[in-house]
Parts: sequence; C-alpha cells; structure tokens
Amino acid sequence: MSGPDLGDLYQQTILDHNRNPRNFRRLEDANRTAEGNNPLCGDRIHLYVQVDGDTIKDIAFQMPLGAGCAISKASASLMTDAVKGKPVAAAEAMFQAFRDMLAGGANAPGKLAAFSGVRAFPSRIKCANLAWHALHAALQNSTEPVTTESARDF
Amino acid sequence: MLDTRKLRPEFPILERQENGKRLVYLDNAATSQKPRQVLEAIEHYYRCHNANVHRGAYGLAVEATDAYEAARTAVARFVNAWTREAVVFTRGTTESINLVAGSWGRANVQRGDTVVVTAMDHHSNIVPWQILCQEKGARLRMIEITADGRIDLADYGKALEAKPKLVAFPYVSNSLGTVNPAAQLSKLAHAAGAVTVVDGAQSTPHLRVDVQALDCDFYAFSGHKMLAPMGSGALVAKPALLEAMPPYHGGGEMIERVWDDRSTWNKIPHKFEGGTPNVEAAVGLGAAIAYLEHLGMERVAEHEQELARVAIERLSQIEGVTVYGPRDHRAGVVPFTYGDVHPHDLATILDRDGVCIRAGHHCTQPLMRRLGVAATARASFYVYNDVDDIEALVSAVRKAGELFGVLTS
Repeated sequence: MSGPDLGDLYQQTILDHNRNPRNFRRLEDANRTAEGNNPLCGDRIHLYVQVDGDTIKDIAFQMPLGAGCAISKASASLMTDAVKGKPVAAAEAMFQAFRDMLAGGANAPGKLAAFSGVRAFPSRIKCANLAWHALHAALQNSTEPVTTESARDF
Repeated sequence: MLDTRKLRPEFPILERQENGKRLVYLDNAATSQKPRQVLEAIEHYYRCHNANVHRGAYGLAVEATDAYEAARTAVARFVNAWTREAVVFTRGTTESINLVAGSWGRANVQRGDTVVVTAMDHHSNIVPWQILCQEKGARLRMIEITADGRIDLADYGKALEAKPKLVAFPYVSNSLGTVNPAAQLSKLAHAAGAVTVVDGAQSTPHLRVDVQALDCDFYAFSGHKMLAPMGSGALVAKPALLEAMPPYHGGGEMIERVWDDRSTWNKIPHKFEGGTPNVEAAVGLGAAIAYLEHLGMERVAEHEQELARVAIERLSQIEGVTVYGPRDHRAGVVPFTYGDVHPHDLATILDRDGVCIRAGHHCTQPLMRRLGVAATARASFYVYNDVDDIEALVSAVRKAGELFGVLTS
C-alpha cells in the first residue's frame, strides 16, 4: 500500500492559487467580515464580504504573513472566485457541496473539485474548510470568530 | 554515536511502514516511541502484580506498592533528587507545573507580586502562571530572548530587580533546542529571593539532569518523552517546600485522618498523590529509566547533538532553508522553515515518504511572534534515530521544493 498520491492533493490549480491568490486584499466596502482560526496549525483568515441585497457583490480575504498553508490559502482564493456575484443562497449551497465532498461525497462543482484529493488526507480537511466556515459565519452575520475546534463538522 | 542497528529492533513501532516507506520518526520532542522493555514491564505488572497500592494488607498489594515505590526511587536516582520523598508522581510536566501554581502559588503569590516566565517557555509553563496572576492580581513578566534564541540575561537581570516571588524557565527549549544555563538562572533568581520552577520536559529525556546541582526549587518532567508511557511524569521539589505546601487534590491516599469537617494530611510525597495513582505509568517510567541508564545519558546527549549538527549542516545546504535556534549549546531539536512553503504542507509532503515531523507553533506562540513566523517545521531526535533518518528528511524536503517551486527570497 503506497497510499494516495501527493499530486492528488497539490493539484496544479491549488498550487497556482497558493502562489497567486485571487481577491487577496482588504475590502474597504465590506459590510460583513469574519475571522477564521485553526489554532492547531496557526492558520488565520480575515474574510471581507460586501453583500448587496441577496447578492455577494464583492469578496476578498487576507492571511497574516505565513499564516496560511497552501490548502487553506488556495481554498480561500478559489472560494472567493466561486461565490463572487452569486446569490447568498447559492454560496451557502456551494459551502454544503464543498463540505459534502470533503466528507466523502460527490465532487463540488467547477474548480472546487480540485480539492477532492484532500479527502485522502484527513489531517488537511480543516485547512480546506476554514475559509468556507468563515464565509458561512459572515453570511450569517455572526460576530463569533470561527475556529476549527468549535465547528462539529470541520 | 549509539549503535542504532542494535537499538532500533527494540522499538516495535519502528518496524511499521508508512505509505510503503520505512517509518522515520522525527517528532521526539512531542513524544518518544517505546522500547519492548517498557511495554513488557507494563504488561508484566498487570499480569503478575496488579493491586491497589498503599492500602492492601495482602501480598499482591504489597508487590504493587513495591513496584510503584521502586519507580519513585529510580526517578530520584535519575535526576539526583534530594530524597526519594522529593518525587511526586504526576501525569506529566503540565500537571506538575499546575501543581506548583495551584499549591505553592496560591499560598504564596499575592496581589502586586511578580511572577517571571520567559518568551521561550512552552504554553504549559506560561498559562498556569497567567491563571494564577489573574486570580491573585499579580504581575506576569516575560523575559525576552536574544536574536540567536537564548534567554536575554540582561532582561533577566532587570526582571529580577522587581524581586519576583517565582521564576519559571525551561531547561531546554522545545521550539529552539536551546540548552539554557539553568544553574546560573536559578542562582540569580535565588539571590533575588525568588523560588525557581524548571520545565524539564525537554531536558530529562536527553541529558544528565542533576536537580541538586541546578539547585532549582521545582523541577517538572514527563515520562512519555523519555520512552515511558503517556500519563507518567513527576514533580521533583525541595522537600522543605513540599512539606510547607497545602495539598493540591483532595481525596483518598493524601490524608492522614479525616473528621466530619476537616482532615489532616499524609506525609510527602503522598500528600500530593490523592486517588489511585497511575501505577502502570510509574512502572513503565522505571523501566524507561533503566533503559536510558543502561545507554548512559552522556552518550544519549552526544548522539543527539551529533544528529542535530548533521541535520543543521545538511538542511542548511538547501537554498531557502532557515534553521532557527542557537548554533551551539543546543539539544537534538532542529526547527526550520523552507522558503514560502508552509510548514504544514512540508509535513504532509514529508509524511508521504514516511518522515514524521511536527509543523506549527509547538505550543510556543509568544516565541513564534518574536521569531516573526506563524509556524516552523521541527525535526527532533532520539536514541533510535541515525544519519539515514536525516538523509530521508533532507531528500523529502528537496522533494517538497520541487513540488512547490520554492520562492526563497
């Protein structure tokens, strides 16, 4: 048994988004923000969302220098690309699909399927989920910082 | 160097394969693997001698008590404790330090007092003091570290001017590998009127410890980092301090007489060992000590220092690798980062080659902030590691570089 291949985890899309994260900035016009924390590895994300009516008009994120592994950074980057301009309900549905995928279900739509390989690396599922939990918290207008140690299904 | 070809077969777990590769276990600062001798001692205890200790009038209970107390004698000898009564069995370093904070600290630290810790302490030697200081309205003062990862002695001297009640520091840093001048630090603290608490979690497994030569007041360590089972460990303290301290946990065994409304306390160390103790852990710790004494702690220390030297040399040859901690006076702990590859990704990639390292903040967040990194990768060695393990580490790190196309600037 040689186990899953590293190439399944670090797919080209993920390496690219890690090196060149999209929407990687502070969003001055944000009306929703959330903090995500993975205390085990020190990953931290600040998520900025501008919700206009029922639509995510703009979204961006920041991670303190060195505070994001490739999986968490690429996941945040791909997530912001995927939900920008989408209705809030569609973003929540994507969150569900993403979570289901990592729990062993079908692949999430579009580029998000790049994270299907994370399933074979249980210790990294929290990294992939972090940004999505932060988004969920922001959309719920929750002021509680998100931590990978509190969400049951992280 | 130790003969690892002879030692490795004594550690059954090292026979297992990890992702089709030989297991290269380099996370010994987190916990060590256990030799057959320790596993067999625990099994033998349960097969042949198990009973509750210190209370049975029958032969089996006497044997269990003898096994438990023999382990105490072994610990006392291993760290050169003042007396065998100076050894209180605990679940490990964390519980030992919490015992000091909860008993000595609560009885002696008052509003306005100062407690000193260092910026290289593990959270287990910071947080109990934070809790105590918050409860008492005392001040917690953190000593800075130098650029090369040592305790800043100038800042230490300044902190002592405030006449702190207690000074806590690690003998060996788990994040940097620094071996601190514990005897000197203790002497300076005593001159300022403080009692000293030494976190011995990373020193006891790796070098010869002599608490009387260190002249510290409290010395805490864990068994699981030194070949013994998890949940084993001890607080070693000057007997006069233990005598004067109030109990920590109330319950059976720690009492002398119990009245309706009050009790009197058992003698030390039993005063601090309420409830049925973890006898198997103590027995396993005794067996681990016998194993280490047979190897000789000077040789253990030399072996690991040599491995650390080779690892630092080999890792430093990779462009983009930064090794943290001092160049000399260091133990077998090698923390490093590699360009812009996050340590967590590095650990995942290394794991595919069977190489187990730790990635993260190593329970030293104040230190990480001072180093200006969110996380480091850490390789740490023990008696069964050899130069082949370092080669496996180095080649896996190079592989990570190829996968990620490391940016080194």
